[in-house]
Amino acid sequence: MVNFREYKIGARFFGLALGGSMTITLFMPSFDLRNVNATEVALDKQLWAGHESGFSLADPFLTGEHRPVRVTLKTDPKTGQPMASTVAYVYPAGTPLPNGVDHPDNLGNIVEQLSRDKGRIGEASKSQGAVFLLSSEPQGDGSKQFYIENASATKGWNPEEVMKAAGDENTYHASYGKAIFVREGCWWCHTLLPEETQDWQVFGAPPMLGDFNGESPTAFGSDRKAPDILHVGSRNSSREWMMLHFFNPRLVQPHSIMPRFDYLWGPIDDKGQKIDFDKWRAEYNEYVDGKRVTPPEVPMYASNSDARALIDFVLSLK
Amino acid sequence: MFKYLFARSEDIPEGSAAVYFGFSAIVWFVIGTGLGAFNASKLAFPDFVTGLEFVSFGHMRQVHVHAVIFGWISMAFAMAMMYMTPALGNTKLWSEKLGVWNAFLWNVGLSLGLTLLWAGMTSGREYSDFPWFIDLYIATFMTIPLGINVWMTVINRKTQGIYTTNWFFASAVFMVSIVFIVGNLPEWFHLTGLTEAYLTWWFAHNVLGLWITPVAAAIAYYTIPKVTGNPLYSHRIGHLHFWSVVVFYSTPAAHHLMSAPLPEWLKSFASVEGVLILVPAVAFVSNILLTMQGKWNMFVENLEIRFTVTGCLMAIPLNMQGGFQQTRAINWYIHGTGWIVAHAHLALLGFSTFLEAAAVYLGLQTLMKRKLYSLTLGNLHFWFLLIGFTTYWVSMTIAGLIQGAGKIYEVPYIDVVMAEHPYMIARWIGGSLVFTGNCFWLYNMWMTARAGTVIPEGRMAHELAYER
Repeated sequence: MVNFREYKIGARFFGLALGGSMTITLFMPSFDLRNVNATEVALDKQLWAGHESGFSLADPFLTGEHRPVRVTLKTDPKTGQPMASTVAYVYPAGTPLPNGVDHPDNLGNIVEQLSRDKGRIGEASKSQGAVFLLSSEPQGDGSKQFYIENASATKGWNPEEVMKAAGDENTYHASYGKAIFVREGCWWCHTLLPEETQDWQVFGAPPMLGDFNGESPTAFGSDRKAPDILHVGSRNSSREWMMLHFFNPRLVQPHSIMPRFDYLWGPIDDKGQKIDFDKWRAEYNEYVDGKRVTPPEVPMYASNSDARALIDFVLSLK
Repeated sequence: MFKYLFARSEDIPEGSAAVYFGFSAIVWFVIGTGLGAFNASKLAFPDFVTGLEFVSFGHMRQVHVHAVIFGWISMAFAMAMMYMTPALGNTKLWSEKLGVWNAFLWNVGLSLGLTLLWAGMTSGREYSDFPWFIDLYIATFMTIPLGINVWMTVINRKTQGIYTTNWFFASAVFMVSIVFIVGNLPEWFHLTGLTEAYLTWWFAHNVLGLWITPVAAAIAYYTIPKVTGNPLYSHRIGHLHFWSVVVFYSTPAAHHLMSAPLPEWLKSFASVEGVLILVPAVAFVSNILLTMQGKWNMFVENLEIRFTVTGCLMAIPLNMQGGFQQTRAINWYIHGTGWIVAHAHLALLGFSTFLEAAAVYLGLQTLMKRKLYSLTLGNLHFWFLLIGFTTYWVSMTIAGLIQGAGKIYEVPYIDVVMAEHPYMIARWIGGSLVFTGNCFWLYNMWMTARAGTVIPEGRMAHELAYER
């Protein structure tokens, strides 16, 4: 190291400069970002999205393995009696638990304490599966403080019973849908971050500080070539429009440059019939050339198709 | 090249690792720009090749980005380091064998990573899209071995001081490893929420600021004095450049998220530091252009100088944009629009690519001791790259301004899409020109290796006349 004698001072200043910049840009912001209390938005999002929407060992190819579902219950899963419509987040056995349950300190002090004490999230187990609720506690000032409730502990609900009580028509595969959103690169054009300037008038309110706790990845996107969709479910809640738009965006918006996502239908439709894509495309081309008055019918997607999960996700973006 | 993987280190000819890196970089450049042009065609003509998952835009965009950053730019950097570092230390590369293995494992890892990315196996984090085990591979087999080779060569140098280029190389290989490991913390430890979002852009900013920009500049600090024969105009300005990169360029990460709910002090700090990026920029450009004094004829006559000076000139609009577009006064208008896409290409395809192309031209001729096969093809490459890039940059800047206006005047989004359409076509044409130029380059370099005139011992490539 004798050759470096003349660079001793330089090397120390280099350490100081780079260390200083790391202190300011990494260490100091961590004080602001830790202990931010998760909002209702963040809790709902992490409960339906699950542990991870990008690559993870539980779902390496982003094909929908080990994913939670969101269900709307109209009957009590234990007694079968009718009850007020309730949203529950079902984590079948083996599904990684949401980040706030895995690491409750991510929730912020207030939410963590309520979720631990009243919500009993400490008792949730990945191997047995769990059902969660988004519950709230009235505060002195009239507002509500939201927290995660582990219904498997507080009500004795187990995943199978809850799924059965909800039925397929009240089950939303938004978690897998977000994984498809990441896998298919939807976020290369559709951002999830209305800006604080003029955007909120068209695309809805920009998110708040506590709206992201436990979300991974946030997938804000940076290169907007299409509308922001953080609140798209509030602007357009039509499942049929979404179905046409995903199959071929030019069916509902002739000037769209969005790719066709017809391959998310898979080989068969909801009745188990093989979908003849070549025929569909040929007929669509005839329609574009003016040889047909109407475009061909878009096949109804199967209930276990990627298209269904993606639409469930998009409609959950309220 | 493969036969050297298991040869004894002293049996490997000097410069093998650099040649391996150099040709790999060109091949990745052809692949990366080909993908870019194909992606652009899909934005211009959405029904061109449709209905197949593997050629959908969302599967290929990140493959283009990573092929050019890790394949073209970073391998060209490694190539430059493998021959400039020993040349400036008046010594040999510390380990030619490590260099050859480094290049081999780089190609293997990148091919694997891009294949998985293409299939949709992604972390969903822009610029750090690779899943964490690929990140681990990149750190272990790509950046750290490169760093060891560069550091050991600098330590074993036979000169008293260390030249400017080598300060930059040695610090950049260190910084990129740190940036890579810290920037991927969300994937190593599953950090979530705003922390994940912020670290994503901390990585994206610093990989440009502490890797691509300084290494590209360091290459120019070698190429211009070496080819013109002029000494560097000022080592003091070189110091100013170096220290201002380390101090100012490493801090403004948060200016990429000006409209996210990050702490306001952090955004303001990042914005002010972002303007200070002009300090290294002005130092670099003035130093290089002043070094050219008396040798401006070479800007016309010599291909390497033409590439390098063009790249330096592009650093002027690049840093003017970079310094000011991130301030709140401007950012609200152009954030998330095509303006940013144009700016990113000005940095990577304009500024940095032109400097690296010069280094690869110069290095391959020097190491293979062969004069460039054809000046005509070299000229075609230069002009296809410059015209293609300019078409791209102008069209995307206009498209970005249209998007910005559409954003603040609340124009229905589909009208913005329609207004942008001509510029999307121009973008595709520009990208295709770049791709075509690179095909000429690959052929030219291949023919240089096979049929270029042998450069006599003791002469340099630019001292010989071009023959074709």
